[in-house]
Amino acid sequence: MNIVEVKHLKVWDANTDKVIIHNSSFQVKQGSCLAIVGESGSGKSVTCRSIMRLNKPWIRLSGTILFKGEDLNQLSEQEMRRRRGKNLCMILQNGMSAFDPSCVIGVHIRETLQTHFNWNNRESERKIISAMESVMLKNPQEILNQYPHQLSGGMLQRIMIALALVLEPDLIIADEPTTALDTISQYEVVEQLIRLRERMGCSMLFISHDLGVVQKIADEVMVMKDGAIVESGDIRSVFSKPEHTYTQYLVTTRLELSNHFRKLMQEGT
Amino acid sequence: MDMGSYIVKRILLAIPLLFVISLITFVLINLSLLDPAVVVLQAQEVPQITDELIAQTNEALGFDKPFVIQYVNWLIACMQFDFGSSYVSGEPVWSLVGPAFLNTLKLTLVSSVFIIGLSILLGVICAMREGRAVDKSVRGLSFVLTAIPSYWLAAILIWYLSVKLDLLPTSGMDSFKSYILPVIVITVSYTGIYFRTVRSSMLSNMNEDYVLYGRASGLSERKVTLHILRNSLQVAVSIFCMAIPIVLGSTVVIENVFAWPGLGRLSVRSILNRDFPIIQAYVLILAVTFVLFNTISDVINAAMNPRLRKDL
Repeated sequence: MNIVEVKHLKVWDANTDKVIIHNSSFQVKQGSCLAIVGESGSGKSVTCRSIMRLNKPWIRLSGTILFKGEDLNQLSEQEMRRRRGKNLCMILQNGMSAFDPSCVIGVHIRETLQTHFNWNNRESERKIISAMESVMLKNPQEILNQYPHQLSGGMLQRIMIALALVLEPDLIIADEPTTALDTISQYEVVEQLIRLRERMGCSMLFISHDLGVVQKIADEVMVMKDGAIVESGDIRSVFSKPEHTYTQYLVTTRLELSNHFRKLMQEGT
Repeated sequence: MDMGSYIVKRILLAIPLLFVISLITFVLINLSLLDPAVVVLQAQEVPQITDELIAQTNEALGFDKPFVIQYVNWLIACMQFDFGSSYVSGEPVWSLVGPAFLNTLKLTLVSSVFIIGLSILLGVICAMREGRAVDKSVRGLSFVLTAIPSYWLAAILIWYLSVKLDLLPTSGMDSFKSYILPVIVITVSYTGIYFRTVRSSMLSNMNEDYVLYGRASGLSERKVTLHILRNSLQVAVSIFCMAIPIVLGSTVVIENVFAWPGLGRLSVRSILNRDFPIIQAYVLILAVTFVLFNTISDVINAAMNPRLRKDL
């Protein structure tokens, strides 16, 4: 069964008439993770925001986006809002700017949880604190009273994951969640994302241009270039036998890079 | 850093600035090529100015003392609100400047309330309706209104509302009705500039990630807008705080058109009379007001934005 089914999605800018996504159809299977790979401007983020219906007002789209069988484009703004966060949860690229800089972290979390659940402050706090502990955040109580600039990008990323843990969404959309992080934080965040999937069995749409991370987390992959899907399929088959020249290019450059790195390491020893 | 120690530190930092300002004020006035004793004697309409009289005046007013001592004496007196006596009338400067400052302050504060209120209102409306008819027409109108010289607008309003329709007083400061015209003119000439700041600040905040994440978390549009507003107003606070001393210092034209018994009129008259102590007091008071409002704006900003409290 598919949790998300996108059919003939076309997205364009109404101001400039530029087509951003031509004709894209794909699906995310229940419980599986689909990675979207591609260079900047290839339409990865726009695809995600189209599913969330959070594109800028002048960005228009046609086609259908089915989520658990219902067409998201047919929903009223209020019905759509109720699904955001609760059913469709987003994890953004840059934790540093994802929270209101003049409020402590707890404010966003409390507002979000009170939007979706009838919990009082104490209950919300208890749930988020245990979720934060499970993503290896130390002193969660203290973190809730800190401002975004007092925390690191990796911590903020894990706070978003913790929030997703409490919300228990059907689909998590992670828009380049590791791009802005250093290698160690990247590792921690990816570990937590994998554990999140194991624990909740939720589906995931994972955007990245880091093929290494994608190989670790995704079941299926879809390669985008200039607003079109050039190749898609099971992760192992795409990476071992890339058919499209662009995918071949991506995979070989990655291999060359890691070979080069390995050679350097050997020379060093 | 907690707010209390931030405020104390900020005030301590303002003190050296005030010293520098007072020194500059004093030096600038004394750079004038005119001999102050001659000016005093001319102002008092002494028929024949002799060298002897000049020497006497210099001694009486302390102009013969070394520069530094003159400055220190003046500064100590200023701190006790003693700015000397007017060269022309011989009255204490503070008895002239004090009431005039109060009158100008009243006009400024009333106008500022309207400028700030309207700027926020229009800025928010235009940002929320970016590119639509409301946004375009408000921006267009503000463009025209900002370009209109304030004395011209004042003259038109006086001619139409006061002379032709006889609704409002033409000049003076008698009742609350006297405020209406000057406040309208000041508000019109400043709102056009300040509402643009609020609008562009709102727009840049609307593109921030936290707005996307708020919406993606399912927050209501009302809550998201409150977050945007809170962050946008931080930029506006400093500009609004500085608007008050700016308006205060630029009421010269308005006060002369409406015969408002304020600081602007007094200063122009004093400049024409070369009444140095009053000019000195005027410049000093304006400079101190700027420092004061700058400090207030920093404190408000620090209260609103924790990042600014970090280092000082």
